[in-house]
Amino acid sequence: MTGKDTQNDGKMTGAEIVLRALKDNGVEHIFGYPGGAVLPIYDEIFQQDDIQHILVRHEQGAGHAAEGYARSTGKPGVMLVTSGPGATNAVTPLQDALMDSIPLVCLSGQVSTTLIGSDAFQECDTVGITRPCTKHNWLVKDVNDLAATIHEAFRIATTGRPGPVVVDIPKDVQFATGTYTPPAATQPKGNYKPKMQGDLDRIRAAVELMASARRPIIYSGGGVVNSGPEASQLLRELVELTGFPITSTLMGLGSYPASGKNWLGMLGMHGTYEANMAMHDCDVMVCIGARFDDRITGRLNAFSPNSKKIHIDIDPSSINKTVRVDVPILGDVGRVLEDMVRLWRATANKADKSHLKDWWENIARWRARNSLAYRPNDDVIMPQYAIQRLYEKTKHLDTYITTEVGQHQMWAAQFYGFEKPNRWMTSGGLGTMGYGLPAALGAQIAHPESLVIDIAGDASVQMTMQEMSAAVQYNAPIKIFILNNQYMGMVRQWQQLLHGNRLSNSYTEAMPDFVLMAQAFGAHGIRCEKPGDLDDAIQEMIDVKKPVLFDCRVANLANCFPMIPSGKAHNEMLLPDEATDEAVANAIDAKGRQLV
Amino acid sequence: MNAQHQPTGSAYFIDKETQAVENHTLSVLVSNEPGVLARVIGLFSGRGYNIESLTVSETEHEAHLSRITIVTRGTPHVLEQIKAQLERIVPVHRVVDLTVRAVELGADRPVERELALIKVAGSGDARVESLRLAEAFRAKVIDATVGHFIFEITGKPSKIDQFIAIMKPMGLIEVCRTGIAALNRGPQGM
Repeated sequence: MTGKDTQNDGKMTGAEIVLRALKDNGVEHIFGYPGGAVLPIYDEIFQQDDIQHILVRHEQGAGHAAEGYARSTGKPGVMLVTSGPGATNAVTPLQDALMDSIPLVCLSGQVSTTLIGSDAFQECDTVGITRPCTKHNWLVKDVNDLAATIHEAFRIATTGRPGPVVVDIPKDVQFATGTYTPPAATQPKGNYKPKMQGDLDRIRAAVELMASARRPIIYSGGGVVNSGPEASQLLRELVELTGFPITSTLMGLGSYPASGKNWLGMLGMHGTYEANMAMHDCDVMVCIGARFDDRITGRLNAFSPNSKKIHIDIDPSSINKTVRVDVPILGDVGRVLEDMVRLWRATANKADKSHLKDWWENIARWRARNSLAYRPNDDVIMPQYAIQRLYEKTKHLDTYITTEVGQHQMWAAQFYGFEKPNRWMTSGGLGTMGYGLPAALGAQIAHPESLVIDIAGDASVQMTMQEMSAAVQYNAPIKIFILNNQYMGMVRQWQQLLHGNRLSNSYTEAMPDFVLMAQAFGAHGIRCEKPGDLDDAIQEMIDVKKPVLFDCRVANLANCFPMIPSGKAHNEMLLPDEATDEAVANAIDAKGRQLV
Repeated sequence: MNAQHQPTGSAYFIDKETQAVENHTLSVLVSNEPGVLARVIGLFSGRGYNIESLTVSETEHEAHLSRITIVTRGTPHVLEQIKAQLERIVPVHRVVDLTVRAVELGADRPVERELALIKVAGSGDARVESLRLAEAFRAKVIDATVGHFIFEITGKPSKIDQFIAIMKPMGLIEVCRTGIAALNRGPQGM
């Protein structure tokens, strides 16, 4: 493609424009799968070296890989799919990225403009189907609009509250010749202008409220990670200055280090006792880049009943959506924290943290409850133990962790300590089983020298297992650490809680042999069945310079505690030592049963 | 249009909303581009909000702007959420809750008008009576044969409701209504 544009007065084909626009937006890798309606773009990919295309085995894999790439780098992830089934297969990762606010740019091929609406081969209404699962989407009917649309797509995906976008490009537009406009020369269209700077009076009010607090808590979320590394740095500074305890959502892990002295662990349905009790009993809550999700709040009318709430969020619709707050601050977390830290330094009684003494003593009592305890076993690997050993063996390395969805995900969040942002990639909002393996592939492509581990469950991992083949093709040595209990563990746990222990379809009777499967893919397989062998097996996994499927056979019937049962409040947790069969069977009342 | 049910937002609204449900008229200024109406109504159906009435047309040709007027029903909390969700849609320029704005401006409600076409078929006394009533309501006859009239009527939705109710026994055949167009009183724009 290089050179052609100068010969032709900036005229290029649509396919050339696509590649040029990607390059000008800083794209180095795209994840995709070819097909009839994107062949012109694939032909251009073939004729250039600037952008590497990673061939996945299913479009869902491309999307999650692009998400893993985005979350581990802070840059947008890019996927390329064909029309029809290619686009519909992209829907799951698009919705996943929407719910977790991940910048994801999806380019899709479409049948020629003359065929649109005729039920042509591999036609679907891509913009119609993806309208509710994207931040915005476009069908480009004129090649002269193509460059500007792609630039706009990147701008919208990456600014404000990040999210997925789709640019649907008919095949005749890819062939047509048009003018390329670089990003700098493209006028932003419309009215889209996210508010970045927080209102200073509100921030001042927040600081005053925080200074008067006796039982404060900071509750941070994925917005801190999305805002960039500076936001995490400022969050740490704020915690240090104020001496406040801090907890985080699943999405926000790593913004504040797990080794930090003010860290209470994750909050919410499977959060720690101390985090949830502190949320319940606090007098001032500072919510930073989180959205009061139902996994966090438990029963809404019993959620932190006596606190004044401060909420920092870039999305106006997140504020007062489910929980009424007293001081809403609209803006980018990083910018607001900058002002907040500055104002705190200038006004608050910074040195004196003695008025928080009683509060911290309370927290120490809750902490002493040791809510993550489990009964160790010498013969069978406890899943919690497996994560603990994995953490001990990898914490000093340059490690990125992804997960699938289920019990293993919660255990990973509870037992793996994250010290930095962008190191933890999990499907939080949508809860997509099959997310972790392709996300690990994406993270590994972005960080070829790092150790990328997917903490997986035996059921989830089979949903996108085919991407092992892509990992082998690109020498991406991802480690798939499967906590294999032969059950869909979280489904089973809920059947025990809600459905009289009738385990309908949650047991996998014909489990594949993961070691043989690894060999079939040309990867490395490891099986470990005894706690005593675990450390050596993990070491082997780390040392092998190949993709690994690690079949870690764990206690089949272990359940994930502590837990806030559906319809209960933060101070009504089910703790591991109280979770007898009877307590589990009666934990959720009639009202709670209808909840998800 | 949508079935009315408890406001959504979270499965964890176990308690019934205690706020009263209100009818509000929203004015939504959007870029006139393909799919923009689908985005707006998709938001309403996807999040379980109600649409009582909807009108849309290009209003500023040069600027490629259309105005969508939506009458919706919900508690003040839900109405606030609807406005915030609408503002998230990229081609949406502005959203004004005309009902809230009217109160701020010291009025009861915004000025709301609707146009309806009403076909009535009949003969004899009923036919004469329908024409007499139409005059009383300042409805115009825009089409007629010896067997029918089509009336055109403009006014507040309540007036049109009333006219349709009265026409029922006169041989009402069918009704077409435009939905509500609304502006606030006074010299200022939205």
